[in-house]
Amino acid sequence: MLDIEIDGKQIQVPPGSTIMDAARALGTYIPHFCYHKKLSIAANCRMCLVQVEKAPKPQPACATPVANGMKVFTHSDLAVTAQKGVMEFMLTNHPLDCPICDQGGECQLQDLAVGYGGTVTRFKEAKHVVLHKEVGPLISMQEMSRCIHCTRCVRFGQEIAGVMELGMANRNVHSEIQTFVGRSVDSELSGNMIDLCPVGALTSKPFRYSARSWELARRKSVSPHDSLGTNLTVQLKNNRVMRVLPRENEEINECWISDKDRFSYEALNSAERLLKPMVRVDGALREVEWNVALDYVAHALNDIAKNHGAESIAALASPHSTAEELYLLQKVARALGSGNVDFRPRRKDFSTDGKRAGTPWLGLRLAEIKDLDAALVVGSFLRKDHPLFAQKLRQLAKKKGKVSLISVSGDDPLIDLHARISVAPRNLSRVLAAVVKAAATLCEVAVPAGLEDVEPCEQAKAIAESLVKGGKKAIFLGNVAEQVDQAGQLHALGAELARLTGASLGFIGEAANSVGGYVAGALPGAAGGLNARQIFSQVRKAYLLLGVEPEFDCANPQEAVAALKQAELVVLMTPFRNEKATDYADVLLPLAAFTETSGTYVSTEGRVQSVNGISRPQGDARPGWKVLRVLGNVLSLPGFEYESSEEVRDEFIPAGTEFVGNLDNNVDLPLSPLAPFVAASAAGLERIADVPIHFADALARRATALQKTRDAAGPVARIHPETLDQLAIASETQVRVKQGEGEAILVARADVLVPPGCVRVAAAHAATASLGEMFGPINVERA
Amino acid sequence: MLTTESIQKIDREIAKYPADQKQSAVMAALAIAQEELGWLPSEAIESVADYLGIPPMAAYEVASFYNMYDLKPVGRHKLTVCTNLPCMLSGGVDAAEYLKKKLGIGFNETTPDGRFTLKEGECMGACGDAPVMLVNNRHMCASMLPEQIDKLLEELK
Amino acid sequence: MAILGTINPLLTVGWNGDAGWRLQEYVQRGGYKALRRIIEEKIPAAQVIDEVKKSGLRGRGGAGFPTGLKWSFMPKGEGEKYIVCNTDEGEPGTFKDRDILRNNPHAVIEGMVIAGYAVGAARGYNYIHGEIWDLYKRFEEALDEARAAGFVGKNILGSGFDFELNAHHGYGAYVCGEESALLESIEGKKGQPRFKPPFPAAVGLYNKPTTINNTETFSAVPFVLNMGADAYLAIGKQNNAGTKLFSVSGHVNRPGNYEIPLGTPFAALLELAGGVRGGRKLKAVIPGGSSAPVLPAEIIMDCTLDYDAISKAGSMLGSGAVIVMDETTCMVRALERLSYFYHEESCGQCTPCREGTRWLYEIVHRIEHGKGRPGDVDLLRGLTTNIMGRTICALGDAASMPVQGFLKHYRDEFEYHIEHGKCLVPPEVQRAGSTFFKATV
Repeated sequence: MLDIEIDGKQIQVPPGSTIMDAARALGTYIPHFCYHKKLSIAANCRMCLVQVEKAPKPQPACATPVANGMKVFTHSDLAVTAQKGVMEFMLTNHPLDCPICDQGGECQLQDLAVGYGGTVTRFKEAKHVVLHKEVGPLISMQEMSRCIHCTRCVRFGQEIAGVMELGMANRNVHSEIQTFVGRSVDSELSGNMIDLCPVGALTSKPFRYSARSWELARRKSVSPHDSLGTNLTVQLKNNRVMRVLPRENEEINECWISDKDRFSYEALNSAERLLKPMVRVDGALREVEWNVALDYVAHALNDIAKNHGAESIAALASPHSTAEELYLLQKVARALGSGNVDFRPRRKDFSTDGKRAGTPWLGLRLAEIKDLDAALVVGSFLRKDHPLFAQKLRQLAKKKGKVSLISVSGDDPLIDLHARISVAPRNLSRVLAAVVKAAATLCEVAVPAGLEDVEPCEQAKAIAESLVKGGKKAIFLGNVAEQVDQAGQLHALGAELARLTGASLGFIGEAANSVGGYVAGALPGAAGGLNARQIFSQVRKAYLLLGVEPEFDCANPQEAVAALKQAELVVLMTPFRNEKATDYADVLLPLAAFTETSGTYVSTEGRVQSVNGISRPQGDARPGWKVLRVLGNVLSLPGFEYESSEEVRDEFIPAGTEFVGNLDNNVDLPLSPLAPFVAASAAGLERIADVPIHFADALARRATALQKTRDAAGPVARIHPETLDQLAIASETQVRVKQGEGEAILVARADVLVPPGCVRVAAAHAATASLGEMFGPINVERA
Repeated sequence: MLTTESIQKIDREIAKYPADQKQSAVMAALAIAQEELGWLPSEAIESVADYLGIPPMAAYEVASFYNMYDLKPVGRHKLTVCTNLPCMLSGGVDAAEYLKKKLGIGFNETTPDGRFTLKEGECMGACGDAPVMLVNNRHMCASMLPEQIDKLLEELK
Repeated sequence: MAILGTINPLLTVGWNGDAGWRLQEYVQRGGYKALRRIIEEKIPAAQVIDEVKKSGLRGRGGAGFPTGLKWSFMPKGEGEKYIVCNTDEGEPGTFKDRDILRNNPHAVIEGMVIAGYAVGAARGYNYIHGEIWDLYKRFEEALDEARAAGFVGKNILGSGFDFELNAHHGYGAYVCGEESALLESIEGKKGQPRFKPPFPAAVGLYNKPTTINNTETFSAVPFVLNMGADAYLAIGKQNNAGTKLFSVSGHVNRPGNYEIPLGTPFAALLELAGGVRGGRKLKAVIPGGSSAPVLPAEIIMDCTLDYDAISKAGSMLGSGAVIVMDETTCMVRALERLSYFYHEESCGQCTPCREGTRWLYEIVHRIEHGKGRPGDVDLLRGLTTNIMGRTICALGDAASMPVQGFLKHYRDEFEYHIEHGKCLVPPEVQRAGSTFFKATV
């Protein structure tokens, strides 16, 4: 440890620390712009110049390493003169347009100029003007004259987002932050650059000019999107959510959030909000009062239970629902006598149900990822499925952790990968089996039965080696691994690989309550019941759908919608109108959306985070837990006397729980028989369906700015050029894509990243909602 | 978009550096592309970046930083005249003025026939030969007094 | 251009312009003897470094840092290390390295290979500024010759020592002459200097330990080793060992490069260069490249040319670039051009330099164009103190020192400009000083 004294205060810091590190540890503020704790040191703004004893010149605190016995003065004449000198230069070409600047009130330059700026300027020359840039729907670069060239945004792209979209072009005073020839900024983490910008150069396009920062109330919340449990600060003005910012939590999201976390709030004020309950009367959906709607639902459910048996009722929830909603939905269904309840609509293979040792989860805490020596991700569109989880692996790979990826496409995760294998979905389990076999060979133990004929390729061996040799390692099964036909087998193989190598096994988890749903028991239990798939394949009479949009959220939307059309009663509990649902819905109950309801999310690491309702629900919408509670009352079901969502939660998660218990990824399933390897030429075409990042849930689908991003571009049929040739289809021509009864007209696009013999067609999009299985046979012909 | 010959030249440059440091060849590759195309359209910058496996913006930063790269079309002959102090003391500025008058263009302009572009240069490390000028980044001309300038313009068709 | 004049020459002996640069001629002049001896006699690396240390050879790029000491900072033992030669000669007034590459590229190659041997590096690059393309090509040709002869590449002269050497060209950026900017440039990035520490000897090219020296320094190494440290030390004067190339430009009859021992009187160099052009009166001299503060005639005429004497006189020996100005020179106009240069060449990275160099230029430009304001001189001086010592690299200082020097010695010319809106040196006198149009008359 090194001794350092700053302004008379002493502290010890580890070798390698900078003066800035020491000052932060002491709570001493040193003015700065370019320094950011998560970014590399640039030392370019020069605002943090301080006096160091014996040094003739002031030194930048951010870049100067601490030497033992160093004495630093942050407010001496030498230091303050230097800081003021820098501030004068900083303001020479700055427009000083604070009154009309969106950053006003939360601007580092404005704040520091108060302390270090002069009252009159000595700069009498013409100010340098920097033209505005157009970089897409999320970030505004309208006033680039404000830029102080700290390059935080550039470094963020290079270091955190993993893609250098912004750079500083030219030199001298003509230096400008820009993209390559006017391109848009497309990173799924781009919004963080707005937070990082210490001035009003990069601002939020959706938020611009809508409020002043001091007018906003700040409330804590948690992201309802992916499974990380990202902490948010939601800012409101007059009960309207105006902006969402990261709430720093080093153990979860650090200081970042994804663009989806940041901009999906726009959906709260969407014109598609469902504001009144609606009931089908004489063939048309009509607005009614709540009591009418709930009475209607209760009567209909009782009738169906009486006439067809309670097992003809099914309940299906979105895993983005709160844990309380999930719990109460299953409670209503079970109280009615039906075990047909699930929260995993995109799942196809349920072979692990009843075979799991506990609640499936990440397998380790998020904060442990940074310490891994090796990680293997199986079946994931990493960046788009889990932007911040991918970011953690990106940083891990930079620190020499060996990160490998086995998946169904060659998309660039912007991670320096140790090894990667991309195969058709039908061959995923064979590839993972090859890694298991290679690991067994390396460990000099018997190859597990059934894997004898598997031939590990070089990449599989490299992956096995990284897992065998590493000290701390993890295997992660992604969304695809849970969505494909062989999900159970992948789970079993993953568990075997973990056992062999000493790695942890885990699921990244698709949604905010992918773990919470298990904890809430929102799935068929020991008493039996139909799962998310069976409720549609074995058509029911009544469906209670909570937050689910069947066209977009189900593994086979074609089958789901067909079943719903045959049902006697379809109740949709949802914050949004859904034009397609008018075909089959009998009752629409308006739910309070994210920020409007209290509730709990159990993140992929098992962390319990409860949030408050922080804005009033729109129209007559009501929090889901209240709707289900009252429905229970109207149905005269016992045990629905809750006064608060906390009371609901305490029933299945003991009060004060930080991490839920019984987290266990072991599974009692055989590894074999493995499906035989199917070469591309030997089989029909297989569909690969990604869930595009901004279509993954009902909120994101209606977030206007997100819907204008490149990530929200409509689906195309991506096909390997060899396969296209075999089909005699030219790239960029229209094709008819068919699954079962459904078809879609899409543009075919040659894409070497798609495994031969496959067609990548996104799910969760209106253009492909008529298609069938996300992973399954598909036909493509010229349109 | 680059010719095989240019690609071969770029490959020779890449070979100078450690295998995992292809970016080191970007300056040479951009110079080769500019030599082939006369200037650096953004497509050329992007194809160089793609070839080296670096982000286009990283290549653009380089192309816009060093002043011998031309991000806008130039005439067949780019004349860069040094006017820095040592050259100025020996007629560098006078030579530039002479050229401006003779060609009827200012700095950063191109003659209407597309033959000449005039640029103001910074020190080229040849102050003893002042006035100096550089033709198309390649050929340095020393002691460019009026007679020599006249002769040079005559030679450059 | 070959060497124009010498006093007790060393580096330039036998130079014969375009006709004498090839390997064969270099070997005839005793080239590669030092390298051969090191290899054949298996002289330990540490001994090579000690010899260079003892010789007192100081870096010829401008800072004058002791070369052997710099080499000794390199970590010992295995591991990737680099040798880099700085031929990014762009400091106005400096053109000596160009003549070294033209006349004697193999001396640079030999010096670099020896340095590689001494510090245990297996790769090297010579960064040659893009404006001297023909010499970049010539250096590559010389490298091919050296490779073919076994002086460069794998298993040099059968010793088992590998040293791969290549040329990397710049493409127009003065700041790349700053060693860490030069490293960034070799890495294929903008030439933006790095904050130091760490110094290149710890974290250099590709983040590996790196020794960077100037072209002239490397070219002197074989001579130092051939003649022995003591003999080299005996040339010049104390703390200023050896000969140095001086680039003389501006108002002299014979501008060009001159090799003289350090410590030679300025008057002797001026005489070698043919004296002030047209027999005019010497007004001022910038003794060490444009960044060095200007010295009036009466001061410089009493100086010897060595690091200590010039420093005592209030300037810097720098790269040995002597810019001579006679009585026809307007000092405001001269500074305006230099200030424009530093503004133009600022990399744009750090605030005081990016904003400050531009501001300096704009004020001097205003003064030169008759739009000076009372207080401008003090403002200029104040700005230089706000820039100096507060930037990442020395370019901020380099831009400020000329301003301070010109204001110190020629404040009256600036005040006159501000007050009268025109030059103290009448335009017709300035015009009369130009040789450009006279050539046609």
